[in-house]
Amino acid sequence: MMGGALRQRTAALAVPTAAIGGAFLVGGAIIQLAGYDAFKALGALMVGAFGSVYGLGETVVRSCPLLLTGLAVSFAFRCGIWNIGAEGQFLMGALMAAWVAPTVSGWGGVFGTASVMAVSLVAGGTWGALAAGLKVWRNVQEVISTIMLNFIAIQLIGFAVHGPLMETAAQFPQTDPVAQTLRLTRGLAPTRIHTGILVGLLTAGLLYVLLFRTAFGYRIRAVGLNPDAAHAAGIDVSRSTIAAMGVSGAIAGLAGAVELTGVTFRLYEDFAGGYGYTAIAVALLGRLHPGGVLLTALLFGALETGASAMQRAAGVSAVLVYVIQALILLFVVTAAVFERFRAQRAGGR
Amino acid sequence: MRVVLRDICKGFGPVQAIDGISLAFEPGEIHALLGENGAGKTTLMNILYGLYQPDSGTIEIGGAARRIRSPGDAIALGVGMIHQHFTLIPVMTVAENLILGESRADRWHLDRRHASDEIAAFSQHHRLPVDPDVPVWQLPVGTQQRVEILKALRRGAQTLILDEPTAVLTPQEVEELFTVLRGFRESGRAVVFISHKLHEVMTISDRVTVLRHGRVAGTTQTECTDPASLTRLMIGREVDTDWVRPPFTPGSVCLSVNDLVVRNDRDRDAVRGVSLQVHRGEILGIAGVDGNGQGELAETLTGLRRSVSGKIRIRDRDITDASIAEIAEQGIAHIPQDRQKTGLVSGFSVEENLMLDAGMLRRRSRNGLLDLVAIRAETERLMETYDIRARDSRQAVSALSGGNQQKVVLARALSRRPDVLIAFNPTRGVDVNATDEIHRRLLEHRAAGAAILLISTELEEIYRLSDRIAVMLDGRIVGIVEAGTPRQEVGRLMAGAV
Repeated sequence: MMGGALRQRTAALAVPTAAIGGAFLVGGAIIQLAGYDAFKALGALMVGAFGSVYGLGETVVRSCPLLLTGLAVSFAFRCGIWNIGAEGQFLMGALMAAWVAPTVSGWGGVFGTASVMAVSLVAGGTWGALAAGLKVWRNVQEVISTIMLNFIAIQLIGFAVHGPLMETAAQFPQTDPVAQTLRLTRGLAPTRIHTGILVGLLTAGLLYVLLFRTAFGYRIRAVGLNPDAAHAAGIDVSRSTIAAMGVSGAIAGLAGAVELTGVTFRLYEDFAGGYGYTAIAVALLGRLHPGGVLLTALLFGALETGASAMQRAAGVSAVLVYVIQALILLFVVTAAVFERFRAQRAGGR
Repeated sequence: MRVVLRDICKGFGPVQAIDGISLAFEPGEIHALLGENGAGKTTLMNILYGLYQPDSGTIEIGGAARRIRSPGDAIALGVGMIHQHFTLIPVMTVAENLILGESRADRWHLDRRHASDEIAAFSQHHRLPVDPDVPVWQLPVGTQQRVEILKALRRGAQTLILDEPTAVLTPQEVEELFTVLRGFRESGRAVVFISHKLHEVMTISDRVTVLRHGRVAGTTQTECTDPASLTRLMIGREVDTDWVRPPFTPGSVCLSVNDLVVRNDRDRDAVRGVSLQVHRGEILGIAGVDGNGQGELAETLTGLRRSVSGKIRIRDRDITDASIAEIAEQGIAHIPQDRQKTGLVSGFSVEENLMLDAGMLRRRSRNGLLDLVAIRAETERLMETYDIRARDSRQAVSALSGGNQQKVVLARALSRRPDVLIAFNPTRGVDVNATDEIHRRLLEHRAAGAAILLISTELEEIYRLSDRIAVMLDGRIVGIVEAGTPRQEVGRLMAGAV
């Protein structure tokens, strides 16, 4: 009985592992061909990411927004929705958090922080549910609407940091730093590790329970896998779609507030820096499972942390790390296509 | 060119879809392939068109054995196929669709004017007039089909296969299509006309071959046969003697349908004033050739489709156009026609599929949390009771055989102890043993006092289970007869013969 389940688990891990291995091999070959020492470069990358307390800390810090946005995207995927809008939801969460921060900063530690987080959840959730509403009621493709909402969010941030939320010094397009009382507690100096990591881990755990242990999560998964069968069984597909996008957006929004109060303290243009898009890769590589997303977020965080070390030690441009990230994703997608092809041949249909 | 199929066999997993079929299509004839859904018509033609490889058997075209590896090979050999679902590109014009994939002299530059003139002349020549400059999506379905036919002709089709070409057409368009097909016959082409509509086959074909369960049930000249004999060939008449149905002791009326009118997806009337009553302890069978409104009727009874007019009652309660969940709550369960599409979530485990039901989900959760222990125990009990053969309750349902998958659907429907069960082709694609098992379960449920509406295109199944038999034709109930009525009588009603 257990043998089968175990085999299934192993198979689920085999593809991502092979993809990561393959990506490093090909990435190494590219470095070598470009005239650098591949072993030295990749070695420096590993040491940079894991070789010191500081490196480890940075890896974790960079993983945190990827973890939360990755969880957000994977949750929508479970309901069969392509949430390309984690970027915008992240920004809306951060924007609303920055907006209320001055008001609630006097409320004191836990209560103030909780208020900021709650506001970001609502803001991101609304942004996500908006796209779902358009899909359900107006039949608008969520891929289009979420991307469009990203642009709106980016412009809103631009307006805010040039206008109403601009710093008191009025020198740069950015907000004032959030008050000391609202900043997440840091530990393990000199690293920037902050308590937001715990928020990420807690969210991963909660999402696992929500997906696999509740009737709500069951409905979401049924709709994602076969909306016709779910509908025929009396499940309200529209409601599940809106709920799934609401939760997805809320998590992405939370990621924005955590980044604001844990790392940057200020809001500025390009605040999201593509986290919402990398999140799609993180979700897919993590096979839409909270545990998988956690591992993938750590991997991608490590790659980005190690990249600068690689540049210093071997002279290889840090940008190459994005080549490796892209290769991993390509391998995973290719493997998925092959699996489907094989299943098709076997099934005859 | 003469096309000969010899001893073709093709299996999909445990199901033998084509079981030794030999057939010949002659130039200058319209040859109808008749058979129920799943009889193997489309599979056989997909083999001839190179979409599937046969497990064994040979194909001869123009006197020589051919290996057809792809539709490209088939086209090169003069075989063209018009699928039920068109393969046109909607945003492109007729001319663009027709020249698509042709290698042309003006390789780098597309001379639209020239192409469109050429297509206009071509369509005139074949007496299939179309405007070459209109985007395909703007055309009515009948004209789109004409474009498909032109496409096959441009690629030099000598043998033209049409898979249920009239299913999407209006009567007017059907007439026009028939004229076109007669033209092909005169020009010496062979036409293969796949259908399960008897009157169309009688009207258009020269010869007709009836397929049943992947075999040839008979081939005759159309003029030497009639709808009733064709029906008999389609549905067979094996009698199983060891099957005993417990006596019929009907109770009160449980499901009643009054003058129900329903439209199909194309907004035409599919159910035209159906009235029927099913009693407790009764199985009412609805016989009929597929596509006579049975699907729309079942969907309306289970809340998947809205009615235009009429009333549906369970016991004393009006459930016309109630929501799916409300209808289920009132005690109607459903074995849907297509278990892959609406019956099961193939990515889910057996356990997860067994709880796919709003009511069950509510009972098996506390404060929103699923009671996994109770669910597992319930699943294991149902697997035992209904003899669902799976490795364990967490195995993916997609890994099970068709029979075991259907037992999952059946177990889920019956475990709710519904007052009314709508069973649509409950044993389609299921092996003999599982069929017996499912039939026994339905009779048990009948004995327990449920009202069962059995909709089946297998007359064998209808006869085996039903206490009364209603025949559905063209959206109407054309007759309700007692269980013992001779099959010829029912076959006659199904064929619309008076």
